[in-house]
Amino acid sequence: MTINSFLQIALYVAALLALAKPLGWYMARVYEDEPAGLNRLLAPVETAIYRLSGVNPKQEMRWTDYAIALLIFNLLGALAVFALQRLQAGLPFNPQSLPGVSPDSAFNTAVSFATNTNWQGYGGETTMSYLTQMLGLTVQNFVSAAAGMATLVALIRGFARRKVDIIGNFWVDLTRSTLYILMPLSLILALVLAGQGVVQTFSPYQTVPLVESVTYEQPKLGSDSQALKDINGNPIMEQVEVKEQLVAVGPAASQVAIKQLGTNGGGFFNVNSAHPLENPTPLSNFLEMLSILLIPGALCYTFGMMVGDTRQGWAILAAMTLVFVALIFVAVPAEQSGNPALAALSVDQSASLTQSGGNMEGKETRFGITNSALWAVATTAASNGSVNSMHDSFTPIGGMAPMWLMQLGEVIYGGVGSGLYGMIMFAIVAVFVSGLMIGRTPEYLGKKIEAYEMKMAAIAILIPPLAVLGGTALAVMVDAGRTSVFNPDAHGFSEVLYAFSSAGNNNGSAFGGLSANTPFYNAMLGLAMLFSRYWLAVPVLAIAGSLAAKKIVPTGPGTLPTHTPLFVVLLIGTVLLVGALTFIPALALGPVVEHLQMMGAR
Amino acid sequence: MIKHFKPAIILFIILSVLTGVIYPALVTGLAQLLFFHQANGSLMTDSSGKTTGFRLIGQPLSSPGHFWGRPSATGPFPYNAGASSGSNLGPTNPALIDAVKVRIQALKAADPGNKAPIPVDLITASGSGLDPHISPAAADYQINRVAKARHMKPEKVRSLVDANTESRQWWLLGEPRVNVLTLNLALDAVH
Repeated sequence: MTINSFLQIALYVAALLALAKPLGWYMARVYEDEPAGLNRLLAPVETAIYRLSGVNPKQEMRWTDYAIALLIFNLLGALAVFALQRLQAGLPFNPQSLPGVSPDSAFNTAVSFATNTNWQGYGGETTMSYLTQMLGLTVQNFVSAAAGMATLVALIRGFARRKVDIIGNFWVDLTRSTLYILMPLSLILALVLAGQGVVQTFSPYQTVPLVESVTYEQPKLGSDSQALKDINGNPIMEQVEVKEQLVAVGPAASQVAIKQLGTNGGGFFNVNSAHPLENPTPLSNFLEMLSILLIPGALCYTFGMMVGDTRQGWAILAAMTLVFVALIFVAVPAEQSGNPALAALSVDQSASLTQSGGNMEGKETRFGITNSALWAVATTAASNGSVNSMHDSFTPIGGMAPMWLMQLGEVIYGGVGSGLYGMIMFAIVAVFVSGLMIGRTPEYLGKKIEAYEMKMAAIAILIPPLAVLGGTALAVMVDAGRTSVFNPDAHGFSEVLYAFSSAGNNNGSAFGGLSANTPFYNAMLGLAMLFSRYWLAVPVLAIAGSLAAKKIVPTGPGTLPTHTPLFVVLLIGTVLLVGALTFIPALALGPVVEHLQMMGAR
Repeated sequence: MIKHFKPAIILFIILSVLTGVIYPALVTGLAQLLFFHQANGSLMTDSSGKTTGFRLIGQPLSSPGHFWGRPSATGPFPYNAGASSGSNLGPTNPALIDAVKVRIQALKAADPGNKAPIPVDLITASGSGLDPHISPAAADYQINRVAKARHMKPEKVRSLVDANTESRQWWLLGEPRVNVLTLNLALDAVH
């Protein structure tokens, strides 16, 4: 690794941590209904929204009502996205006259965006009209993120309150998250990105002349638009000369901003943030990458403020950051070391002043190794899933780091809201385990952790591995699963494992070689996304309701402090232990075997 | 449960209008106003006002007199900017090694005398298939070939390469890079 590589990583982590407190403070003020700076502008809008929709913002909900409201709202969102995709051919803002999307792909995408996963079985510029991108996908980018944040805030209230049966109003938390947090941040980011060269226009795709024309062969079609065949049954080929370049454009900046900030990750274009018109410069890359972890990191501080002890938030942020930094230093050196098979062909893969070197297959020149590998780690630490390089072409170890980060349950920062509530589930398990060791009733933030909370936390922690490993096992056993695999041998298994790790933890990134736009994968991955989103959110809300009803236990000599380095280590240990024990056998069959093959082939 | 449907439906409609209509329209309006050039794709025009290309979208080039960009995995032809794509070839996939061998052969055939090791970005497909840049090392590797094919002095070509090289943004972010399209347009303008 070069000195510049260290500097870019250090700047990134420093910026992330520096912004945690101001943004975290702002979000806590918003959720506690205190003036936070934008009230004069937005409070009238907020009041009007409640009046129109008949919501009484002062009337709070029990956890069951909160959960039902969340589920109904997400169901509506999924239905709307499904309908828009199916009907887009007849709707406006479709300058390329793209046809309606197939039912299985439309189901998968609707679920994917409603669950904040943003797995994409389709290619954006060849599938979705501008209207679908804006009114379907961008809307879900906002509200699925806001729903995750609302669920987290409800859980935090469960800790902060005593002897009550209400945990907040879902409609209020949803509206505030969208209006005060996600929209202002997205507006600023979208404009900066547009200034850097991300396109934002309603014009149709543009045509420019090519400096050199290119030719390619394609099967010749008859008048019935079927391929013509010669007497031997081979298709007749014809030469096509291309003299012009058709360039896809569209309202990208507005969608890119929220897909990064809301840990959504669904790209406007097929190759996501590797596309030069979605991520044109190193600065746009830095800002997009920072936006991935910005809100999940800052929510830790919000959590500390709302439970009345900011040290609790810092401890969790520290645990997340330590795992994150460690995995950066797995992925970046792995990618920088390059591909031994190319070294044998006298290709120069060394880093120097004039090139980044390393494993450049699937990576963009302007990002090089450092920013590609750093992005891969950030996007999978958070459940973002946007990419600026093709993870399928990573070295085995470089590709294992993002895969394992997803398998840890998306709790290293994780999704907006969902990452922290997932991490709090691990914290509950951590205090329970240590409570057993010292022979005391486990407590977290003054609340006794009892059998009910443990059962719910166990469900939340065990559902994603079930979806990942069960789904992978099924897919590699049936033909419909195996025929979609692109790369041979162990890497092919990694493609399937990565797909289910991504869907089963609501990440959305992919080893893109896998042809996932098939009825089998659209259905299987759609189900995995549904399970892992709602089988977590509902138990989390159940815990919130149960905790809110409890009294606060005063700290005594037997209380385990949960803001100390000792607890940080304990929390990391719990996360890693569950993640490692569950997934090492599967990882051994994929990336580990491939790594040994790659090194042995020299 | 029924009581939640009314707020759910109305709120969903309001938030859809807010985030799916007003927000993108506002961003489009402001971006077109403040950053007209960038928001429309950073199009380049020649002295007569004719459009010559997207500054940020690479083009397929294979003649000896032009600098070549990154290999592109888009289909059905390279640098198809209507359908961006990477190769998704894994590091141990024999198809990757075969593709690299073909690219090395093409480079050697166009420049038989060049014995320098080939910079990796010149023989590996970019992530988007549309990468407008190559590394300065990859440009350096091609200078003599281009100069010979165009009967120009290598120093003259090198100065054009330098003029089309961008350093790290703020001397820190990203990687140094050469814009292949602007470089080739500059070459064609000279000769």
